[in-house]
Amino acid sequence: MSNGMKFRYPVDGNDFTRAGEISSKVKKQLKQLGLPPEVIRRVAIIMYEAEINMVIHANGGTIDVEITPEQIRLVFSDTGPGIPDIEKAMQEGFSTASHEVRELGFGAGMGLPNMKKNSDEMKIDTRIGVGTIMDLIVKI
Amino acid sequence: MNVSELKEKLGLTQVAGTDAGEVSGCYIGDLMSLAMARLEEGNVWITIQTNLNVVAVAALKEAGCVILADGAEPDADAKAKAEAEGIPILVSKKSAYTLAKELGALSV
Ligand SMILES: Nc1ncnc2c1ncn2[C@@H]1O[C@H](COP(=O)(O)OP(=O)(O)O)[C@@H](O)[C@H]1O
Ligand SMILES: [Mg+2]
Repeated sequence: MSNGMKFRYPVDGNDFTRAGEISSKVKKQLKQLGLPPEVIRRVAIIMYEAEINMVIHANGGTIDVEITPEQIRLVFSDTGPGIPDIEKAMQEGFSTASHEVRELGFGAGMGLPNMKKNSDEMKIDTRIGVGTIMDLIVKI
Repeated sequence: MNVSELKEKLGLTQVAGTDAGEVSGCYIGDLMSLAMARLEEGNVWITIQTNLNVVAVAALKEAGCVILADGAEPDADAKAKAEAEGIPILVSKKSAYTLAKELGALSV
Protein backbone atom coordinates (compact mmCIF):
# COMPACT_ATOMS: atom_id res chain seq x y z
CA MET A 1 0.00 0.00 0.00
CA SER A 2 2.88 2.37 0.75
CA ASN A 3 3.87 2.68 -2.90
CA GLY A 4 0.39 3.75 -4.03
CA MET A 5 -0.58 7.23 -5.17
CA LYS A 6 -2.02 9.36 -2.41
CA PHE A 7 -4.09 12.49 -2.59
CA ARG A 8 -5.71 14.61 0.12
CA TYR A 9 -8.56 17.06 -0.37
CA PRO A 10 -10.15 19.42 2.15
CA VAL A 11 -13.97 19.68 2.05
CA ASP A 12 -15.47 23.08 2.85
CA GLY A 13 -18.34 22.63 5.27
CA ASN A 14 -20.50 25.55 4.25
CA ASP A 15 -19.98 25.57 0.58
CA PHE A 16 -22.83 23.87 -1.23
CA THR A 17 -21.77 25.58 -4.41
CA ARG A 18 -18.62 23.50 -4.54
CA ALA A 19 -20.09 20.19 -3.42
CA GLY A 20 -19.20 17.54 -5.97
CA GLU A 21 -16.04 19.26 -7.16
CA ILE A 22 -13.65 16.88 -5.45
CA SER A 23 -15.59 13.87 -6.72
CA SER A 24 -15.38 15.33 -10.18
CA LYS A 25 -11.63 15.95 -9.92
CA VAL A 26 -10.92 12.41 -8.70
CA LYS A 27 -13.12 10.97 -11.42
CA LYS A 28 -11.07 12.75 -14.09
CA GLN A 29 -7.87 11.46 -12.49
CA LEU A 30 -9.11 7.86 -12.51
CA LYS A 31 -10.13 8.20 -16.14
CA GLN A 32 -6.67 9.40 -17.01
CA LEU A 33 -5.21 6.37 -15.27
CA GLY A 34 -7.35 4.24 -17.55
CA LEU A 35 -9.24 2.43 -14.79
CA PRO A 36 -12.32 0.36 -15.74
CA PRO A 37 -15.49 2.47 -16.14
CA GLU A 38 -17.35 0.37 -13.56
CA VAL A 39 -14.67 1.09 -10.93
CA ILE A 40 -14.80 4.80 -11.76
CA ARG A 41 -18.61 4.78 -11.53
CA ARG A 42 -18.53 3.17 -8.08
CA VAL A 43 -15.86 5.55 -6.77
CA ALA A 44 -17.76 8.57 -8.12
CA ILE A 45 -20.96 7.55 -6.31
CA ILE A 46 -19.16 6.90 -3.02
CA MET A 47 -17.19 10.13 -3.20
CA TYR A 48 -20.18 12.27 -4.05
CA GLU A 49 -22.35 10.85 -1.27
CA ALA A 50 -19.58 11.14 1.31
CA GLU A 51 -18.68 14.65 0.19
CA ILE A 52 -22.30 15.76 0.46
CA ASN A 53 -22.65 14.12 3.88
CA MET A 54 -19.60 16.00 5.11
CA VAL A 55 -21.15 19.27 3.95
CA ILE A 56 -24.71 18.72 5.20
CA HIS A 57 -24.08 16.70 8.37
CA ALA A 58 -20.54 17.42 9.56
CA ASN A 59 -19.30 20.89 8.63
CA GLY A 60 -16.70 19.64 6.18
CA GLY A 61 -13.60 17.53 6.63
CA THR A 62 -10.90 15.78 4.67
CA ILE A 63 -10.90 13.17 1.91
CA ASP A 64 -7.93 10.87 1.40
CA VAL A 65 -7.67 8.87 -1.78
CA GLU A 66 -5.11 6.11 -2.14
CA ILE A 67 -4.73 4.29 -5.43
CA THR A 68 -2.80 1.04 -5.83
CA PRO A 69 -2.96 -1.47 -8.68
CA GLU A 70 -5.33 -3.63 -6.64
CA GLN A 71 -7.72 -1.14 -5.08
CA ILE A 72 -8.83 2.39 -4.38
CA ARG A 73 -9.10 3.34 -0.74
CA LEU A 74 -11.26 6.31 0.22
CA VAL A 75 -11.09 7.76 3.72
CA PHE A 76 -13.50 10.51 4.78
CA SER A 77 -12.65 12.20 8.08
CA ASP A 78 -14.65 14.91 9.79
CA THR A 79 -14.92 16.60 13.16
CA GLY A 80 -18.71 16.76 13.03
CA PRO A 81 -21.31 15.59 15.57
CA GLY A 82 -20.76 11.86 15.05
CA ILE A 83 -23.45 9.25 14.35
CA PRO A 84 -25.41 8.03 17.43
CA ASP A 85 -26.81 4.88 15.82
CA ILE A 86 -24.88 3.55 12.82
CA GLU A 87 -27.28 0.68 12.16
CA LYS A 88 -30.15 3.14 11.85
CA ALA A 89 -28.11 5.56 9.74
CA MET A 90 -27.32 2.72 7.32
CA GLN A 91 -31.01 2.02 6.68
CA GLU A 92 -32.41 3.18 3.35
CA GLY A 93 -34.55 6.24 3.89
CA PHE A 94 -33.21 7.22 7.32
CA SER A 95 -32.17 10.86 7.35
CA THR A 96 -31.74 13.69 9.83
CA ALA A 97 -31.35 16.26 7.02
CA SER A 98 -33.05 19.61 7.59
CA HIS A 99 -36.04 20.84 5.62
CA GLU A 100 -33.86 23.39 3.78
CA VAL A 101 -31.45 20.71 2.66
CA ARG A 102 -34.28 18.39 1.58
CA GLU A 103 -35.66 21.08 -0.66
CA LEU A 104 -32.40 20.98 -2.58
CA GLY A 105 -32.93 17.29 -3.29
CA PHE A 106 -30.82 15.87 -0.46
CA GLY A 107 -31.92 13.86 2.54
CA ALA A 108 -33.21 10.81 0.67
CA GLY A 109 -31.42 8.65 3.23
CA MET A 110 -29.73 6.73 0.43
CA GLY A 111 -26.19 8.04 0.79
CA LEU A 112 -24.74 5.53 3.25
CA PRO A 113 -26.60 2.57 1.67
CA ASN A 114 -25.28 3.64 -1.77
CA MET A 115 -21.75 3.90 -0.36
CA LYS A 116 -22.05 0.40 1.08
CA LYS A 117 -23.49 -1.01 -2.14
CA ASN A 118 -20.72 0.42 -4.28
CA SER A 119 -17.76 -0.57 -2.09
CA ASP A 120 -16.12 -3.90 -1.29
CA GLU A 121 -15.40 -2.87 2.30
CA MET A 122 -16.84 -0.11 4.44
CA LYS A 123 -15.84 0.75 7.99
CA ILE A 124 -17.33 3.52 10.09
CA ASP A 125 -15.59 4.83 13.17
CA THR A 126 -17.65 7.49 14.89
CA ARG A 127 -17.60 9.28 18.23
CA ILE A 128 -20.30 11.61 19.45
CA GLY A 129 -19.07 15.18 19.56
CA VAL A 130 -15.70 14.19 18.13
CA GLY A 131 -16.26 13.15 14.54
CA THR A 132 -16.56 10.37 12.02
CA ILE A 133 -14.12 8.45 9.88
CA MET A 134 -15.44 6.37 7.00
CA ASP A 135 -12.96 4.03 5.36
CA LEU A 136 -13.98 2.37 2.11
CA ILE A 137 -12.31 0.11 -0.40
CA VAL A 138 -13.19 -0.41 -4.03
CA LYS A 139 -11.31 -3.33 -5.57
CA ILE A 140 -10.07 -2.88 -9.11
CA MET B 1 -30.36 11.95 -31.33
CA ASN B 2 -28.52 15.15 -30.44
CA VAL B 3 -29.63 17.96 -28.16
CA SER B 4 -30.39 20.23 -31.09
CA GLU B 5 -32.93 17.78 -32.57
CA LEU B 6 -34.38 17.08 -29.14
CA LYS B 7 -34.93 20.77 -28.57
CA GLU B 8 -36.73 21.14 -31.87
CA LYS B 9 -38.90 18.01 -31.56
CA LEU B 10 -40.00 18.72 -27.99
CA GLY B 11 -40.22 22.49 -28.32
CA LEU B 12 -37.68 23.12 -25.54
CA THR B 13 -35.85 26.32 -24.73
CA GLN B 14 -32.13 26.03 -24.09
CA VAL B 15 -30.79 28.14 -21.24
CA ALA B 16 -27.25 26.77 -20.87
CA GLY B 17 -24.63 24.67 -22.66
CA THR B 18 -24.26 23.72 -26.30
CA ASP B 19 -26.59 21.53 -28.36
CA ALA B 20 -24.23 19.24 -30.27
CA GLY B 21 -24.03 16.34 -27.79
CA GLU B 22 -25.85 13.04 -28.22
CA VAL B 23 -28.54 11.85 -25.81
CA SER B 24 -30.07 8.45 -25.19
CA GLY B 25 -32.31 7.09 -22.46
CA CYS B 26 -33.98 9.08 -19.73
CA TYR B 27 -34.12 9.35 -15.96
CA ILE B 28 -36.82 11.28 -14.10
CA GLY B 29 -36.41 12.37 -10.50
CA ASP B 30 -35.66 15.12 -8.02
CA LEU B 31 -33.56 13.36 -5.38
CA MET B 32 -29.79 13.67 -5.79
CA SER B 33 -28.90 10.29 -4.28
CA LEU B 34 -31.29 8.47 -6.59
CA ALA B 35 -30.14 10.40 -9.63
CA MET B 36 -26.54 9.70 -8.62
CA ALA B 37 -27.28 5.97 -8.44
CA ARG B 38 -29.48 5.67 -11.51
CA LEU B 39 -28.47 8.21 -14.15
CA GLU B 40 -26.58 6.69 -17.03
CA GLU B 41 -24.13 8.30 -19.42
CA GLY B 42 -25.90 10.32 -22.12
CA ASN B 43 -29.29 10.24 -20.37
CA VAL B 44 -31.82 13.01 -20.56
CA TRP B 45 -32.49 13.93 -16.92
CA ILE B 46 -35.94 15.40 -16.31
CA THR B 47 -36.29 17.18 -12.96
CA ILE B 48 -37.84 20.18 -11.26
CA GLN B 49 -34.75 20.83 -9.11
CA THR B 50 -33.22 24.13 -10.15
CA ASN B 51 -30.15 24.43 -7.90
CA LEU B 52 -26.57 23.86 -8.93
CA ASN B 53 -26.34 20.43 -7.35
CA VAL B 54 -28.32 19.18 -10.34
CA VAL B 55 -25.47 20.31 -12.56
CA ALA B 56 -22.86 18.70 -10.28
CA VAL B 57 -24.66 15.35 -10.43
CA ALA B 58 -25.35 15.61 -14.17
CA ALA B 59 -21.66 16.34 -14.80
CA LEU B 60 -20.45 13.56 -12.54
CA LYS B 61 -22.73 11.03 -14.22
CA GLU B 62 -22.10 12.51 -17.68
CA ALA B 63 -25.78 13.01 -18.41
CA GLY B 64 -26.55 14.14 -21.97
CA CYS B 65 -28.72 17.05 -20.85
CA VAL B 66 -31.07 18.26 -18.13
CA ILE B 67 -34.68 19.19 -18.87
CA LEU B 68 -36.41 21.30 -16.25
CA ALA B 69 -40.12 20.46 -16.39
CA ASP B 70 -43.26 22.32 -15.30
CA GLY B 71 -41.81 25.71 -16.16
CA ALA B 72 -38.95 25.50 -13.66
CA GLU B 73 -36.05 27.87 -14.34
CA PRO B 74 -32.44 27.27 -13.23
CA ASP B 75 -30.87 29.41 -10.49
CA ALA B 76 -28.21 31.83 -11.71
CA ASP B 77 -25.36 29.83 -10.17
CA ALA B 78 -26.74 26.60 -11.64
CA LYS B 79 -26.70 28.23 -15.05
CA ALA B 80 -23.14 29.46 -14.58
CA LYS B 81 -21.98 26.01 -13.49
CA ALA B 82 -23.75 24.37 -16.43
CA GLU B 83 -21.89 26.66 -18.82
CA ALA B 84 -18.60 25.88 -17.10
CA GLU B 85 -19.21 22.11 -17.09
CA GLY B 86 -20.75 22.04 -20.55
CA ILE B 87 -24.05 20.57 -19.37
CA PRO B 88 -26.99 21.54 -21.61
CA ILE B 89 -30.00 22.77 -19.63
CA LEU B 90 -33.35 22.93 -21.43
CA VAL B 91 -36.60 24.23 -20.00
CA SER B 92 -40.21 23.36 -20.74
CA LYS B 93 -43.66 24.15 -19.44
CA LYS B 94 -44.67 20.52 -20.05
CA SER B 95 -44.90 17.98 -17.24
CA ALA B 96 -42.33 15.23 -16.78
CA TYR B 97 -44.97 12.74 -17.93
CA THR B 98 -45.65 14.55 -21.20
CA LEU B 99 -41.95 15.00 -21.87
CA ALA B 100 -41.27 11.32 -21.18
CA LYS B 101 -44.11 10.26 -23.47
CA GLU B 102 -42.68 12.41 -26.25
CA LEU B 103 -39.17 11.07 -25.65
CA GLY B 104 -40.55 7.54 -25.80
CA ALA B 105 -42.31 8.25 -29.10
CA LEU B 106 -38.95 9.43 -30.49
CA SER B 107 -37.24 6.27 -29.14
CA VAL B 108 -34.69 8.37 -27.26
N1 LIG C 1 -20.37 12.46 8.25
C1 LIG C 1 -21.47 12.37 9.00
N2 LIG C 1 -21.51 12.94 10.23
C2 LIG C 1 -22.61 12.85 11.01
N3 LIG C 1 -23.73 12.22 10.65
C3 LIG C 1 -23.76 11.62 9.44
C4 LIG C 1 -22.65 11.68 8.55
N4 LIG C 1 -22.97 10.99 7.44
C5 LIG C 1 -24.23 10.55 7.62
N5 LIG C 1 -24.71 10.91 8.82
C6 LIG C 1 -26.02 10.56 9.40
O1 LIG C 1 -26.53 9.42 8.74
C7 LIG C 1 -27.81 9.72 8.14
C8 LIG C 1 -27.96 8.93 6.85
O2 LIG C 1 -27.02 9.38 5.88
P1 LIG C 1 -27.36 9.19 4.34
O3 LIG C 1 -27.68 7.75 4.09
O4 LIG C 1 -26.27 9.77 3.54
O5 LIG C 1 -28.70 10.00 4.15
P2 LIG C 1 -28.96 11.59 4.03
O6 LIG C 1 -27.64 12.25 3.83
O7 LIG C 1 -29.84 11.71 2.83
O8 LIG C 1 -29.61 12.02 5.30
C9 LIG C 1 -27.81 11.22 7.98
O9 LIG C 1 -29.09 11.75 7.89
C10 LIG C 1 -27.06 11.66 9.23
O10 LIG C 1 -27.92 11.63 10.35
MG1 LIG D 1 -26.27 11.62 2.48
